Amino acid sequence: MADARKRLDIETAAGPVGAARSHDSAARHVAGEAVYIDDIAAPEGLLHAYLGLSEVAHGRVLSLDLDPVRAAPGVMAVLTAADIPGINDISSTHRHDEPVFATDAILHHGQPLFAVVAETRDAARRAALLAEAQYEEAPPLLDVTAARAAGGELITDPLKLERGDVTAALAASPRRLKGSMEIGGQDHFYLEGQIALAIPGEEEEMQVLSSTQHPSEVQHMVAQVLGVGSHAVTVEVRRMGGGFGGKETQANLFACVAALCARKLKRPVKLRPDRDDDMMVTGKRHDFVVDYEIGFDDDGHIHAVDAVYAARCGWNADLSGPVTDRALFHMDNCYFYPAVRARSEPLRTHTVSNTAFRGFGGPQGMVGAERFIEEVAFATGLDPLEVRRRNLYGEAGRDVTPYHQTVEDNIAVEVIARLEQACDYRARQAAIRQANVESPIIKRGIALTPVKFGISFTATWYNQAGALVHVYTDGTVMLNHGGTEMGQGLHTKVAQVAAQAFGIGLDQVKITATTTGKVPNTSATAASSGSDLNGMAALDACETIKARLVAFAARQWQERPEDIAFRQGFVQIGAREIAFAELVKAAYMGRVQLSATGFYATPKIHWDRKAGRGHPFYYFAYGAAAAEVAIDTLTGEYKIERVDILHDCGTSLNPAIDRGQIEGGFIQGMGWLTTEELVWDEKGRLRTHAPSTYKIPVASDRPRIFNVTLLQDAPNREATIHRSKAVGEPPLMLAISVLHALSDAVASVGGHRVCPRLDAPATPERVLVAVERVRKEAGR
Amino acid sequence: MPNLAARGVFHDMAGRMRDVLRFLLDDELIEIASCDPTLTVLDWLRLERRMTGSKEGCAEGDCGACTVVVGRLDRGRLRYEAINACIRFLPTLDGCQLLTVEHLKGSDGALHPVQQALVDCHGSQCGFCTPGIAMSLFALWLNEPAPSVARIEDALAGNLCRCTGYEPIVAAGRRMYRPQATDRFTGRRKAVAERLRSLAGGETLSLAGPAGRFFAPATVEALADLMLAHPNATLVAGATDVGLWVTKGMRRLDPVIHLGRIEALREIENGGDHLRIGAMATHVDVRTALAALSPQLDEMMRRFGGEQVRNVGTIGGNIANGSPIGDLPPALIALGARLVLARSRHCEERSDDATQRGEPVAPGLLRSARNNGDGLSRRSLSLEAFFLDYRKQDRREGEFVEAVIVPKLPDGALFHVSKISKRFDEDISAVCGAFLLRLGEDGRIAEARLAYGGMAGIPKRAAAGEAALVGRVWDEAAVAAAIAALPGDFTPLSDMRASAGYRLTVAGNLLRRFLIETTQPQLASRVAGLLAEAAHG
Repeated sequence: MADARKRLDIETAAGPVGAARSHDSAARHVAGEAVYIDDIAAPEGLLHAYLGLSEVAHGRVLSLDLDPVRAAPGVMAVLTAADIPGINDISSTHRHDEPVFATDAILHHGQPLFAVVAETRDAARRAALLAEAQYEEAPPLLDVTAARAAGGELITDPLKLERGDVTAALAASPRRLKGSMEIGGQDHFYLEGQIALAIPGEEEEMQVLSSTQHPSEVQHMVAQVLGVGSHAVTVEVRRMGGGFGGKETQANLFACVAALCARKLKRPVKLRPDRDDDMMVTGKRHDFVVDYEIGFDDDGHIHAVDAVYAARCGWNADLSGPVTDRALFHMDNCYFYPAVRARSEPLRTHTVSNTAFRGFGGPQGMVGAERFIEEVAFATGLDPLEVRRRNLYGEAGRDVTPYHQTVEDNIAVEVIARLEQACDYRARQAAIRQANVESPIIKRGIALTPVKFGISFTATWYNQAGALVHVYTDGTVMLNHGGTEMGQGLHTKVAQVAAQAFGIGLDQVKITATTTGKVPNTSATAASSGSDLNGMAALDACETIKARLVAFAARQWQERPEDIAFRQGFVQIGAREIAFAELVKAAYMGRVQLSATGFYATPKIHWDRKAGRGHPFYYFAYGAAAAEVAIDTLTGEYKIERVDILHDCGTSLNPAIDRGQIEGGFIQGMGWLTTEELVWDEKGRLRTHAPSTYKIPVASDRPRIFNVTLLQDAPNREATIHRSKAVGEPPLMLAISVLHALSDAVASVGGHRVCPRLDAPATPERVLVAVERVRKEAGR
Repeated sequence: MPNLAARGVFHDMAGRMRDVLRFLLDDELIEIASCDPTLTVLDWLRLERRMTGSKEGCAEGDCGACTVVVGRLDRGRLRYEAINACIRFLPTLDGCQLLTVEHLKGSDGALHPVQQALVDCHGSQCGFCTPGIAMSLFALWLNEPAPSVARIEDALAGNLCRCTGYEPIVAAGRRMYRPQATDRFTGRRKAVAERLRSLAGGETLSLAGPAGRFFAPATVEALADLMLAHPNATLVAGATDVGLWVTKGMRRLDPVIHLGRIEALREIENGGDHLRIGAMATHVDVRTALAALSPQLDEMMRRFGGEQVRNVGTIGGNIANGSPIGDLPPALIALGARLVLARSRHCEERSDDATQRGEPVAPGLLRSARNNGDGLSRRSLSLEAFFLDYRKQDRREGEFVEAVIVPKLPDGALFHVSKISKRFDEDISAVCGAFLLRLGEDGRIAEARLAYGGMAGIPKRAAAGEAALVGRVWDEAAVAAAIAALPGDFTPLSDMRASAGYRLTVAGNLLRRFLIETTQPQLASRVAGLLAEAAHG
């Protein structure tokens, strides 16, 4: 039976799980053969839709003359809200505050008013510009300050977390300080923009190919807009060219408009906005203003924190509720606040509706936490890392979060200690301080910051997943699950799980496009949950099939079920070793079902939002990063010179893919906190709506010295898939170390006596302003 | 072309004509008789050829997802360059070879060494930027045998990746040079060059499509005649800006005159005390030439757009475009550069703009003797005088920028260029400052030229700042005096790149940096780029 093993592509005797396998599409990516929606051969009769957008940020449409659009060359139809057979709403939280097309009120610049369908995309795009709209303009509220000044209308219910008597604790604190911090937003800048292709079928049927992280929601929204049942709509996504949260709800609009047009014209319709329109229409990471008061003592121990997290939410609620909630859930980061009160203030503004973005509010909460630490450090004269350490969660009595969940898996102390030693933090810090004395213009800074990120959707019902596994008679496996592939390697990881389960090679497993027709009622691929949820659901399906195979083999070969095992490369049946394909073929002949669904629901979690209490997170993912930077005190320019990361992936399912998430997440977070600046003008027009003006990191921005280590021998305490940990979002927050290294460098111009209070994004301009302020306050 | 001639298009043309666009798509000869002047290479590939490997990420030449490689004859030799297909007009490929990601694999289906290295290093995640990255690395692989990490980063500056953080991509840029790595392109260069030579010619390319006409003359004389015949034509050099008029501004340009086939405009000549740079010299070639003048210029040009933009963007385009934030003009103004503007002599006869600014071109600055009597009239103008107002230049009807005369630095002159932008590479300046000081024998400042970009509607000298410096010793007091004078020179704007206050502060601080670099060179004064790396050793 030795050749049974030879035939299979087995990574190691241990199987594919844990191996650094390439992304399943890597060879197609590099050859330009990986197919994205815009690459699909056009179905016969394909037409192209384009959106007509509002030219003002706030007001009413007085009149909209679409005749010039209709008269434009190549135009087939122009559709408005009046053409919607179902409901003119795509609000993901079912608040009915997100019309597909505006009917009267204009709530942001770039709000869709109509769609035009033409024979070519170019014709549709040109025609869309010909509409003549008259508006009654009203002054737009563009940011937190303006929204507050106008009364502070909340767009969704705020959250309050409270533990202990904050007022009393603040009053009793030896020292107190107050402050405020601005934290900027971020455009997703997925390289593949939003796109949908809708193909009408018989009667009410509609197939939609959508670049979405949430096919089930697109399905429901299309059904709602078309006024049909969900069973008439199939949504499929093979892969996205990046998502990062920007395609969790924001794909709905494009899919629904494409489907609406396809339905109306009874022809396939594709909708792909230009990059600039994409950036002007879709929501982004929420920017926040955090107002805080901290009680502490001279030893740097925090006694109490009272903070308000105001967010620019934009024109509709979208996911602003859960995003601002998650900001509060991470306002502690790794730190214990003996008394704490945190309130969210999700404000309505006349800007794009801010939405999910990798970290989902968590990063903003965590940036706030690190500011609290920094304030205390400068106020007490202690080293920031020492203040961090003194305030970490600890033993009983210091292990309860502001939302009353006990931190049971705390490894922050160990992660910080290991990284501090591995990167020679103390010696480098001393050397930098010394060298700065000799360098009047260029100043260096270093900082080490930890990350603790809660894993699970705080909408508890989202923590479920399904899978569908078919085993064919040649022993190959087709696997489908509810998760979507956006580059994060989810399909590769889940295929590894399935291959391991059957003891077959990874090349024997094929994952096909995610489709609502195969696995229904799925959750968004979001909250870092992809492999946790779908890996388990796939494993469940595999185990169902394996149980049938074991029962069959026991009958067939007269062995006890406990003597049958799926080894890597063969199946052990008593003393026999046979190929998986051989067993499968025999089972088929024995009329055994070789297909199964799988299901998983995350255990342990519960959350009472009204009470602000519960156990919303199954576990926490940890990490720490140390960043070293150089700033130019004449211009504010800076360079990130070195970064060391130690990150906790539990027992990694795939160290190569996890490393990719850590490095990529870090750089994306670095961009958010440094050069990525969103600017709106006074009319509410986004001025940074293209890569020429919106600057995400390029190759030379990454640190030349970039040491990334996965925490070893640290299996997840919880029974997750192969004891791994989620890795999609947590590494983004490792980049907070960069903000604090910049701050450390700025502080050097004031002898480290004045807190730089460097807000984000720390553009060269912000750094220079901070340098000048610190110099002035330090009297230098 | 009887049909076109009948429409009166070429009534005044003397030269030969060709009305078929010809280029190589890998090995295949493509001939196109009808083509819109602004059809992009990317749209042609994706929509007409159904080659969908090249992606559209931004349609403005900033993200690199559409990167392809173009081979062209440069002084008779085959030269391969990465370019942005999204803003390159298809007819400008005449006489070139186009290579896309679909061409990289070997005939046996094996991945190219560049592709294999990307797979081995886990260099793709979502994969959408990957074809463009593969092509940028492929161009590097074709051209350079052992690039440094800094050079790999430079070659990738025009490629955005949102997933990987670039570490594995740069690693692939090293790994692709494994010993024995080879491909089917290396051994074919001679044959390809031969085929391109067979496509080259001195005739004017003249195309028409439903949306307009396209001309690509091969000589300056033909260009001057075309401009005379088509006074409203849009001149296109590298199209790194004009491309956006089309893809973003949705403008229809008709007719278009492309300058890319005029070899004479690409020449860079060393004139002893000056450089004479043809208007169509690309930023890559200009960088090489200017680097010899000063490492400061080398670094400034290194940060000019991304590699794809530097490969096609030209010095003439950067100047004639008149952008207030163009990076080259401040440096050239500080150096005292002059323009040579040319047009057909027939323009003089019929034009009423007799008020001639500028001067006749000194015979020494003419390209060669044959410039005399070539039917063109020329004048020379200082660069700063060329810029009249926001996006308005002193360019007369029928006139084009033929060359830029860049004086070399006088002995002992102090020179400095700084570009300040939000992101180091591939960004547009918030402020660009270029300074030249000549010290007299008494050690005092005899001449000061302080030129800034981003501070006004045009690239502009700081007259008050200069006046404050002249006659002083080059020291902190002089810098302070100049800084105090700058608000009299400039009232900058606040926009998405920077606030007015930041611009003004930095404009002054760059003079401080200049002083430090010229008087205390041992001090670190830059955080990144060539000059910082040189200082690090």
